[in-house]
Formats: sequence, structure tokens, C-alpha cells
Amino acid sequence: MMSDRLTADLSELAVDAPRGLLPNVLVGTGIADGFVRRRSLLGDVLVAFGNKGVTALELAADPGGFVTTYENRYGRRAIAVDRMPPRIATHLDAAIAAGRPGRLPVDLERLTQFQAAVLRTTAKIPRGEVRPYGWVAKEIGKPAAVRAVGTALATNPVPLIIPCHRVVRSDGTFGDYSLGDPENKRILLAAEGLDVASFSSLAGRGIRFTGSDTTGIFCHPTCHRARRIGATHRVDFASEQEARRAGYRPCLVCRPVAD
Amino acid sequence: MRTVTPSDLAAALATDLDGAFPDLVRETSKGVFSGALRLVGNRHDAEEIAQEAFLRAYRALRSYPAGRIREMNPAAWVWTIAANLCRNHHRTRTRRPITTAVTIEPADRSRGPEAEAIDRTQEEWLTAELQRLSWPMRAAVVLHHVVGLPYEEVATALGRPVGTVKADAHRGLARLRSRIEEVRP
Repeated sequence: MMSDRLTADLSELAVDAPRGLLPNVLVGTGIADGFVRRRSLLGDVLVAFGNKGVTALELAADPGGFVTTYENRYGRRAIAVDRMPPRIATHLDAAIAAGRPGRLPVDLERLTQFQAAVLRTTAKIPRGEVRPYGWVAKEIGKPAAVRAVGTALATNPVPLIIPCHRVVRSDGTFGDYSLGDPENKRILLAAEGLDVASFSSLAGRGIRFTGSDTTGIFCHPTCHRARRIGATHRVDFASEQEARRAGYRPCLVCRPVAD
Repeated sequence: MRTVTPSDLAAALATDLDGAFPDLVRETSKGVFSGALRLVGNRHDAEEIAQEAFLRAYRALRSYPAGRIREMNPAAWVWTIAANLCRNHHRTRTRRPITTAVTIEPADRSRGPEAEAIDRTQEEWLTAELQRLSWPMRAAVVLHHVVGLPYEEVATALGRPVGTVKADAHRGLARLRSRIEEVRP
């Protein structure tokens, strides 16, 4: 009876496949997109990706809703996975923490050309600085499309990574935010070192640009160059015209005036 | 064990690859993972191999004409890929032997600590003994007795005649039996 015992023992060596195998295979083949859970300043977030890069980021409060919204938006299924392609795994946490894509691949091809252009320009705004919606509109060559820029940013599929929180109203109020409560925008900007109160008060007084009387250059007030101007050399302007009349030229770094 | 017949699955893969491929993975992943686990001896490598086998299977199926897919036995065909990956893994390991012990997954805890201890030893011992068999014997024994493939499918997967595969399986079992007698008189 030894052979019966041995073959029975051998058949008991069959074990269930690890739970992650099927999801990992479906995402690896591109049949489905994958998503993982990550930490962020605003709490846990779900980050989805396809074979061309990251496609979505949302607060993790409602994974079921995330999957439904994802399918409605992209017509593709997103499934939870426990591994990511190396180029995403390597750069994802850094991109979320820094608030810019860096070397993380982000898939903007599923969006309209307009929205993709808005997001690419937004991605260039440095940490701790803000720009008005109108600036983004000018930078992408559509100066009249300020409202459309607002809509494109409100539906930014990858907030935090593409820092739409750095685009605010020209009157200094913060406007809508695509990731949860509008207050989150203020939380993120404060965490990046922006002096939210003095920025708001400046903008509230109608000041749009800040110049230095030693260099004769004017900037967005939050440009890191403008922040280095000493109080005695600081000149505030309500408009480009006012700055130009005073003989100032626009900063080449923060580009307060589009070419 | 199989809930979908091979020809149904093949027909579904031929008409809607993306729709049917998850079914192929569901139907075969237990077998592919278990087989790889007992062929290479550790969970981590077995999972890597199983995943890679399915990714390669998908890429191959995408390039095949529907007629060719319709005629295949998908589960057996996946094993041609998986067996190759296991054998290549085996070759690199033979050239660069790893001395660490065979990793064993946790046993079923529902049966109490004593039963667990016995099962654990049994499973551990048998898995280690399988690693001592030559590749042809080990492959034939694992694919037929652990995975449960019929000899015809084992022969296809290993690219060897049915008679050879049967003989290898029998010789493999005989080796294991004589080891059992050595260890447990």
C-alpha cells in the first residue's frame, strides 16, 4: 500500500496559488489596470496605473467608488495589486511627497489635448509657490480659456503628483480642489512652506506682482526669487502694465507674463 | 477539478482573448503554482515563475491566429511554458547551487499543532526529496502526481514521448519509495 500512500501524499502537495497572482497577471498583460494604496499628507490614497504610467489618484476612503469611477472614466477595470512595474515603484512615493512627477511616468494620453497641456504646465510650478488660473491659460497659449483651465484642474486625475493645488484664483482665494475638501489645498500649500496668510492678504489688497528695485525685475509674489527681495527693495504692483510703466521687466523663471 | 472543458476555454480564448484569459488563469493557477513550487522548491521563485508563465502565454496567444488557439488544450499548453521556466531555473541553480533550506509555506493550522507538525515534516521532507531527483524524473512525477495532468499532457508539456514520461514518473516514484524505506524502516 506504499504506492497509494506516496501518490496520495504527492497529490496533497498541491496548494492554492497566492492571492496576488491573478491580479498581477491581469495587470501585467494589460487586460486590467492596477491600483495600490499609498500614504500621503492627506491620508491614504489609491493610485492606479496602466502600461503607460500612473492614470489616477484618489483618497482611499471609498475603494469601491474608486473602481466604479475609474471604469466610467476610462472604460477599464482597475484591480488591487501588490506589485508595481519597477519604474513606477521606484518613483511613486517620491512623486507624491514632492508634489511633482519627476521621473514617474504619468499617462496623460487618455485625456483631451487641452487638459493634458494644462496639467503639463501645472507640473512645472515649483513646490511652495502658486500661480493664478489665468497664468496657466496664457502659458498654454489659450489666454481666454481661464474657466476651462479651472475645469481641467478640478478634474485632474492625478492630484498631488500633478500639483493642481498650486493653481489659485488671482484674488488670492484658493478655489476648488480635486482631492476631497477645498481646505486640503491650503493644508498642502502650508506644508510646502507657503505663508498662506500673507499671500492671501497680499492678493486681497490687489497685489499681483512683486518687483525688486535693485534688479528691475518683477515676479509672481510666491516666486522663490521674489521671496528673497528685502523689505526695503520690495515694490508691489497691481498689474503688468503698472510694472512695465515703472520700467520693470518680467522674471524669466516664474514668467509672470506669457510670451 | 476543471470546471470548463479545454475546448470551451480554447474557443473562448480564440474569440475574446482579453475576456477569456482571466478564466484560463483561474483554471490553471493552482496547478501552475503548485507544480512550480514543488519543482523549484520555494514559494518566491514559484510565484515569479507562475506569473512569468502566464505573461508569456498571453503574449503568445495574442500573436496566434484564432484557428490555432481553437485547436489547443490551453491548460496543457501553459505547462509547456511553465515547465521550460522551471527547467531553466533548475539549470541556473545547478550551476550556482544555493545552500539555503527549502522554504515551506505554513501548514493548515485548523488541525491542531500535532497534526501540523506531522504534516509539516511530511511536506518538507517530500519537497526536499523531490529536489534530489533528476530533472526528467522530478518533472514527470510533479506534473502527473502533484499537478494531476494526464500523461499525454505531461508529455506535451515536457516535449518528450508519452512512454518516456511514464517511465520517468515510475522511476521517480520508485526512488522516493526507496528513500522512504531508508528513512522510515
